[in-house]
Amino acid sequence: MTLLLFNAFNGLIQGVFYALMALGLALILSLNSVINMAHGGFLVIGAYLAYTLAPYLGFWGALVAGPALAALVGLAVERGLIRPIYRRADPLYSLLLTFGLALIIQDLARTIWGATGLPLEVPDILNSPVSTDYFFVTGYRLFVIVITAVAAIGLYLILRYTLLGIRIRAGTRDLETTSALGVNIYALRAFNFAFGCFFAGLSGVLAAGILGLTPPMGDSLIMPSFVAIIVGGVGSLFGSVIGGLLIGVAAGITTTFYPAGSEAVIYLIMLLVLAVRPRGLFGEEGLFE
Amino acid sequence: MKRDAAIATKRNAAIAAMWAALVALPWWLPLIGGYTALGSKVLIYAMATMGLNLVLGFTGGLSFGQAAYFGLGAYGAGMTLKYIAPSTPLAVLIGILAGGLAATILGPLVMRRRGIYFAMITIAIGQLFYFVMVRWNEVTGGEDGLAGFGRQPLHLGSTTIPLTDTNYYFLVLVCFTIAVAVMWTLLQSPLGHTWVAIRENRRRVEFLGIRVERYVWAAFAVAGFITAFAGALNALLFNFTSPQDLHWILSGNFVIMIVLGGMRSFFGPLLGVLIFVVAQDYLSSLTGNWMTFIGLTFVLIVLLFPRGILGVFDARARIA
Repeated sequence: MTLLLFNAFNGLIQGVFYALMALGLALILSLNSVINMAHGGFLVIGAYLAYTLAPYLGFWGALVAGPALAALVGLAVERGLIRPIYRRADPLYSLLLTFGLALIIQDLARTIWGATGLPLEVPDILNSPVSTDYFFVTGYRLFVIVITAVAAIGLYLILRYTLLGIRIRAGTRDLETTSALGVNIYALRAFNFAFGCFFAGLSGVLAAGILGLTPPMGDSLIMPSFVAIIVGGVGSLFGSVIGGLLIGVAAGITTTFYPAGSEAVIYLIMLLVLAVRPRGLFGEEGLFE
Repeated sequence: MKRDAAIATKRNAAIAAMWAALVALPWWLPLIGGYTALGSKVLIYAMATMGLNLVLGFTGGLSFGQAAYFGLGAYGAGMTLKYIAPSTPLAVLIGILAGGLAATILGPLVMRRRGIYFAMITIAIGQLFYFVMVRWNEVTGGEDGLAGFGRQPLHLGSTTIPLTDTNYYFLVLVCFTIAVAVMWTLLQSPLGHTWVAIRENRRRVEFLGIRVERYVWAAFAVAGFITAFAGALNALLFNFTSPQDLHWILSGNFVIMIVLGGMRSFFGPLLGVLIFVVAQDYLSSLTGNWMTFIGLTFVLIVLLFPRGILGVFDARARIA
């Protein structure tokens, strides 16, 4: 029983990272119409910059600075590289462009910081187990869950109640009309892209505290995040979060019974959802069909 | 009319010249510092990408997980030789069936999607097979890849042909020719014309009463069979296959090779593969940072050269 709980909780933590990544991906997907293959790259940027800055700013400073810098890099990438290709109707090009960026970022991270894994020091208060029976529930893991919840709720409040959020949602529905109503959609899209990269950077820093840093660390998270979006339903941010948590926990539970199947089960769930409910659990009908 | 005939003659001459160069490759490639296996690799990747281009360039479906079917073909062939029977034709056949049937079965899950969503689903489905091959250790060799098998001599009647590097190149060339003939015939048929019509205006084709989804499915399935064919030949070329053969990075490389050569052109992918494979071979021996160069290639092609080499050439031919 403890083993099952242990694995399910591990899965939940994985799912939290999937959900954070998926939130950023889904934001960029819906407003910028870009599948950001470099999302794992922005995760790496956030994590490694946090690692580099941690000796100067401390863990807490790095936790803010890493994602913020990832967002800044994202902003520069959007302005310099992605903006020129918005007018191409075929999504192929943005996909290939971000794919190339993903290769470049991973390779540069390896050149700058080395291929071997690096640890990110976590403050002692966060490192102690909360209970002796459930040794795996460390303070840091609870902290990861809390921060993710705060980020997700914060995103919801921004999208729901601020003018900026309303514009983002409007742009997702109908970009042309939004533009015609006087919204600067280029600035909006640039901000939105950076916002999505912030979430990638945040999941990078948080994941580094548990898994450590390696240049390909983004690779193992980006594909399940795609699945989280597909399972949750394209167009629904809430769905992406639920999708991420669901596949994470499912993978964790599978580990208990059949360890070799823990990754495959994620994709089997996706096939099942696609076969039974093609639009995803919370997706809107007719979108992208 | 006269101009059309002139263009057709020119094109036939170019194709004949290309074939002559391919047949003579084992003699001239070593002279310029290449090796015959590199020629086989180019032809195999060209087969895979031309198959993928049936979906990508001709039907307009953004398939971004094609390496899965390439890898299934490779594992199917390798596992046949290792565990079932020492027969090259049987290995290739089972490889083709493994990848092709997987694509055919999964087709209905993707055929209704369009654009970004189509791409996302094809990428994610590809990962399923990647993890099966990585985790099914005892049979597939896991992360280290499947080794311990070798291509067997061909038996034609009473003669036995040993598959040396050169002979294997000719076998690949024969297979390439068959695949090209099949694809060319399909594209000239009503099926092929419908694919192009779907690419150009999916809704209008639907209004004509055509079941678009079935045609997309057909394209996806045919592409799966041809890519798997290439994958099976690739496993026999190196007598080895690894999970890298079904990783999404290879899928992305396939797509960029197609775009580089020209995705609206039948032979475009061949040109893209030639440049990409040779450049990769050269760069990886030159610098440890070749991934950065490949990545830069992606970015530069997208920003500066989106129509590909033959695309630019075609546009000029039409304007002139």
